[in-house]
Amino acid sequence: MLLSFFDELRERGLPVTFGELSDLIQALEQHLVFADIDEFYYLSRTCLIKDEKNFDKFDLAFKAHLAQLAKYDNFLEKLLPERFARASNAPLNAAGQTEAFGTMQGLKETYFKPSDQEYDGHFGRNKGVGSAGISNAFAGSLSRTADGVSATSTNIGKGALKAWDRREYRELDDRVQLGTRNIKMALRRLRQFARTGAEEELDLPATIRSTAHQGGLLDIKMLPQRHNSVKVLLFFDIGGSMDAYVRTCEELFSAARSEFKHMEYFYFHNFIYDRLWTTNKLNQSQIINTFDVLHKYGRDYKVIFVGDAAIGTQEILRDGGSVDFPDSDAGANWLKRVTDTYPKVVWLNPEPENFWQYSESTRIIKDLMEDRMYPLTLGGIEKAMAYLG
Amino acid sequence: MQFQGSDRYISTDELSLAVNASVVLGRPLLIKGEPGTGKTRLAEEVAAALGKPLIQWHIKSTTKAQQGLYEYDAVSRLRDSQLGEAGVSDIANYIKRGKLWDAFAADEQVVLLIDEIDKADIEFPNDLLVEIDRMEFFVYETGQTVKAKHRPIIFITSNNEKELPDAFLRRCFFHFINFPDRDTMSKILAVHHPHAQEKLVAEALDVFFELRAVPGLRKKPSTSELIDWLKLLLADDIQRAALQNRAGQAAIPPLYGALLKNEQDVQLLERLAFMHKRNVQISMQP
Repeated sequence: MLLSFFDELRERGLPVTFGELSDLIQALEQHLVFADIDEFYYLSRTCLIKDEKNFDKFDLAFKAHLAQLAKYDNFLEKLLPERFARASNAPLNAAGQTEAFGTMQGLKETYFKPSDQEYDGHFGRNKGVGSAGISNAFAGSLSRTADGVSATSTNIGKGALKAWDRREYRELDDRVQLGTRNIKMALRRLRQFARTGAEEELDLPATIRSTAHQGGLLDIKMLPQRHNSVKVLLFFDIGGSMDAYVRTCEELFSAARSEFKHMEYFYFHNFIYDRLWTTNKLNQSQIINTFDVLHKYGRDYKVIFVGDAAIGTQEILRDGGSVDFPDSDAGANWLKRVTDTYPKVVWLNPEPENFWQYSESTRIIKDLMEDRMYPLTLGGIEKAMAYLG
Repeated sequence: MQFQGSDRYISTDELSLAVNASVVLGRPLLIKGEPGTGKTRLAEEVAAALGKPLIQWHIKSTTKAQQGLYEYDAVSRLRDSQLGEAGVSDIANYIKRGKLWDAFAADEQVVLLIDEIDKADIEFPNDLLVEIDRMEFFVYETGQTVKAKHRPIIFITSNNEKELPDAFLRRCFFHFINFPDRDTMSKILAVHHPHAQEKLVAEALDVFFELRAVPGLRKKPSTSELIDWLKLLLADDIQRAALQNRAGQAAIPPLYGALLKNEQDVQLLERLAFMHKRNVQISMQP
């Protein structure tokens, strides 16, 4: 039961496990939800999904599953014994109908009480049925549910805007571009805690242990504070086509600034060549030689490029291809010098990932980066940080 | 004795083989796999199937390998010495046994579960190499060597949060529990929730036809709601039936037999199908 639903979720990359499915079925057995798809939506989401970033994927999967179900319109007949299927496919007044009718009449007398108010109101809609030779009472009782049933086919998948159709959680899906927050959380993946520097924190367990070993003579032990010792070198592409992503880059920058104690940053225009800017004004007086940067910061720095990688291929591959520094050798060489110097280098690209394939320069840079190019989204940053870490 | 799974635990052939190999050869079995694939349950089921006691050692991020062997409670000893308690002079009184010691000292062979070994510090597995290899360790405080009377059957589970060191891996057998396929899943579901589907379908019909009250139910479902609900509950079977139809197999297997408890349920379903069909025809009339 619910295995096809479960498969649908897993195929969409939702991390659902057997235990969660089991919880959901248990909840159904306890009648927490009964014959109500809307409530089932909330119940299944509560049981199966443990992270709001997956809500949007869940909504899509739920919708797809319902659309799938909506296709099985005469599923009931499929489930029934053959004799019934044959009977109900025949014309209504055919002889074969009699047997099924016998059952129906019997059931009607036993279970059905066609006495509620809707009876008369809906009776008129059943003329066609009545003429097929069914007693008026029975036809009337059928009509009670006419609205409900005819709604079925529209209700599933394409009816009024359902909770799963609203896709309120799209913003939280980690495949979408960055919003405002959460960047810090993503950067937090990149942490290397170390205790270095002055010993200024009381080490309680060590103090107790050593006092006990000393036979009760108080022996205070101290240790250095723990902090994130990761070192980061950031290279920002600036100007031109990057203007569209200024806000996102600013957010990334400020988050990184507060997250990493050892962070150095430089700017480049279009691509990295033999000189870099130290401010984003691209001012002639604030230029630093790229070699100086490579020599100054040790191999333990992690390097992050931020750029849209959308430039002419000549600007990467040809010596003197740079617009700003025509005397520099090819950008590809400079990128190689960086990746040779630092073992961990990633490229964050603010351009949506599905556009990358259409830009030749992006493909070239991605190759030069040995595929370490990640989209500038929460998911992308998390993956990049996982690689750097 | 061979482990074959049990009526509460569905074991695949590969898994049973891995378990039996590690039992026969006395090697720890490292089990990996996605969460919820029954890694921890395996040790419990093997212990039950083989009729051996189970010792569980659940690893946390703060767990040290030494804690599995023994701990020397220096603080208690200091306090006792200041209070002048008897027994202070015997250091053995302040040695607390760990789970491995318990497993080694047991009078019969036991099943030892080291659960979620990847939660611990990265050095944790390395600190257990000799202990797991030779099944013995040395207690420095008392100069005693603890050696396993019977080699315990060891299961180690990991969620892949950290890489395990090669030296450790070489000493283990390894099995990766694949996420179960559809058939295995339905077997597992049947074990955990026997007849859940039949019960829910029958209840849905009963409630709709007002044959009985279900506690906590606020309102009777409408026909459309009921039909949608049945579709949801029966989706797997409908899919199978539809696939078989497409494959050209004329006769649909009588699914109703598996789904419905008795003749009465079949009649109710027939009735619902009839109502549904009539209403579709009505709505198609101009």
